Amino acid sequence: MMPHSLSSREVARRVSCSRRDFLRGAAGLALGSAISQASPLLRAESIRKKRKVVVVTFGGGARDQETFAPEGQENIPRMLNELAPQSSFFTHVSNEGILGHYVATASLATGVYETLNNFAAVAPEHPTIFEYFRKDLRRPSSDAWVVAPSNGFNRIGESQVRGFGPGLGARVILPKRLLGLANSGGTADYDHLLHDNYETPLYTPVLAGGEVELQQLESILKFSVDDFASHARTLSSPDELSLYIAKRLMREEAPSLLWITMHDIDVAHSGAYSLYIEGIRRTDRLCAELWKAIETEPEYAGNTTMFVLPDFGRDSDLDAGGNGFQHHRTGDAASRTTWMMVLGAGVRHGVVYNDPVQSIDLVPTIGGMLGFSPSQSRGELIRELA
Amino acid sequence: MLPRDLKAESFAAYPPDAKALILSHLDVVRELPLAFVPSLLRQVMEYDYSFPVERSAIESELKILESLSAAQRHDWFGDFTGISLSSALENSDWINSPAQFVEQESAYLWSTHQLDAFRKAATQYGDRLENEAQPHPPAMQRMGFAVVGQGVAEYRDPLFRNLRKHGTWFSQVNSNGALQTILSEVEERARSRPTAYGHWYVDGSAPIACGSGITCVSYERLGGMRTSLLKRMQAAIARPGMGPEELRTLLARMTPADLGMENASDPVLSRFQLKLFTEGSGTQIYSTIFAQWTAREVLRRAQALTLLVRYAPRQRQRPMNELLSGKRREPEVDPTGSLVDAEMGAYYQWIDQQRLPGAEQSAFIAWFEGHGDAVAIGPSMPRGAESHSPVEMRKLISLVST
Repeated sequence: MMPHSLSSREVARRVSCSRRDFLRGAAGLALGSAISQASPLLRAESIRKKRKVVVVTFGGGARDQETFAPEGQENIPRMLNELAPQSSFFTHVSNEGILGHYVATASLATGVYETLNNFAAVAPEHPTIFEYFRKDLRRPSSDAWVVAPSNGFNRIGESQVRGFGPGLGARVILPKRLLGLANSGGTADYDHLLHDNYETPLYTPVLAGGEVELQQLESILKFSVDDFASHARTLSSPDELSLYIAKRLMREEAPSLLWITMHDIDVAHSGAYSLYIEGIRRTDRLCAELWKAIETEPEYAGNTTMFVLPDFGRDSDLDAGGNGFQHHRTGDAASRTTWMMVLGAGVRHGVVYNDPVQSIDLVPTIGGMLGFSPSQSRGELIRELA
Repeated sequence: MLPRDLKAESFAAYPPDAKALILSHLDVVRELPLAFVPSLLRQVMEYDYSFPVERSAIESELKILESLSAAQRHDWFGDFTGISLSSALENSDWINSPAQFVEQESAYLWSTHQLDAFRKAATQYGDRLENEAQPHPPAMQRMGFAVVGQGVAEYRDPLFRNLRKHGTWFSQVNSNGALQTILSEVEERARSRPTAYGHWYVDGSAPIACGSGITCVSYERLGGMRTSLLKRMQAAIARPGMGPEELRTLLARMTPADLGMENASDPVLSRFQLKLFTEGSGTQIYSTIFAQWTAREVLRRAQALTLLVRYAPRQRQRPMNELLSGKRREPEVDPTGSLVDAEMGAYYQWIDQQRLPGAEQSAFIAWFEGHGDAVAIGPSMPRGAESHSPVEMRKLISLVST
């Protein structure tokens, strides 16, 4: 019979320990609790106005065993060798909410476990980080952007909450949708490419408009529709397209709050393990490329903090209710427990924090860094960061 | 409507055997909480199309439930009773559409943060049922084979890493005639212990001819069903108002007759095959997940005594730039990616096999087709060991056999 099953809590603890031990062994990192000096962020008040934050969701749910656990290390060489040594790493991030990508990303962005319909293009039910940021700090719409994979994320930028809501959120750009618009009437095989997400690969919420978005290409991103379409033909995946758009945004708009949702990894829903691993390796490379862009872009170099975290994990191989890596449906420890890497301005290098944090702690933590108050968030400030 | 309101006529639309079964246990079903009953009815409703092992299991479950005292019932179902459900769920047609109810219940539990409580209640219930049920050891040592890597000439990465620690890795298996040896073993087992749906052969492509007494399912043979299903799905998606939940409901209601299989000689098998595509994810597109998912369902549902799964190269996923080029190409296969898929599939097959009775005695062999790499797991095989001596597949089979 199967080995005696562990409690969810015990599995979660073991999972975290394996990440911590691996990171400490491989990258020579220090345990965060052993460091007692105050956060360098405390002295950062004077540079807050220039401070920028980039959040990357490590696309579409990834498990420890394919990322930071010992057996997964071969899949994330760039993050492990280039980014981890200069990051603060949180080994135990739990997501207690609904494990669907849109609703989980909305929860990350509001600091509240949202309960909206994962498959509908609806607004979050609570104010988003973008609304808090813009309202409290009186920032223009150009200062908060979201780059997201699919139509379902169209409303992620702002809630409809009284006092916040329309006009106070982030601008959202959906590269795959732009690509579809730019190539309308072409001969490309969009049936495959533009399926909205891997959770429901045959279903795409319908969005109105289109012309205005295409105008964004020229007026904001400063390239023609043809150039955009041509460049897309050199890229191998939608997440590569998202990175390309994100880098253009950084160059042309330099938003202070930039949120990028990667999604290639979620091809795991197709059940092809090799494609899932390929997605992780690509995302690893894209995260390293994004950090390189941050370090070389004058508006970002030296004053940017980057957060990288999966929105959640995926089901355990051993949970009879699921089918292993393929889905994130069981709500078991492996699907709820993940990690977070934070690097850049004001972040200690090479430190591992093993205390549990929650994914909804992201919003108040960034609020602490940038100086806004997420009044309706139910997360807690991660004191090691802010 | 609540379970206590159930009447005999509530089950008028049930298939005949299912109706007879539920009516003979109606009194106890009326005493159970709504959070639980539709899951039970979902199994009952499929009773006419279930494998023998499944039929025995549901009969046994109902008998056990009937044998519980009121206090025991309260103890067993207290946590389920504590689950709060919406009036919309209560008012839905959970008697005739239990699968849809379970889908909607799942979404509701997620959104109301009750999933963990439900999970705990369900796990406890499963454990109690297992303790109460009479153990039925398998009629013979259970044996599984996973044949992976068809079409791969060379592969340098270590194979079967997840499985090696549970058995012995062999690096010099003589591949000449090895596949036929495995198939002969499956046939011999079917001959020596004939059991309805007890011995299975699943192929990710076209099957090799095999003897009677073996239930054979192959990706290629089901090509017509897949094509027909995909067409219906595409047509459904194009309809206004169709979302993912509606699509799942449509798939759940589909029958073999909907796909032109009304004359199937084996209604149990044809229903099983249909569900591979309507309940599996990716099974309609990639042969590797088809093979893995079929193995999972064969073990979970039929509790196969023998299962041979032979993986085949799946179609290659085309990268974005290629899709954008607009150039139509003949479908290509991805043998190496398929090997990686199948390696994980073999691991899952072993896990699924180990969930069944008699796991301590069961045997499993995973082999890289055409090559010398294999892992053999069985009660007498050393764990985490390696052997680099030449060995025949016949010898490997005898080593894992008790």
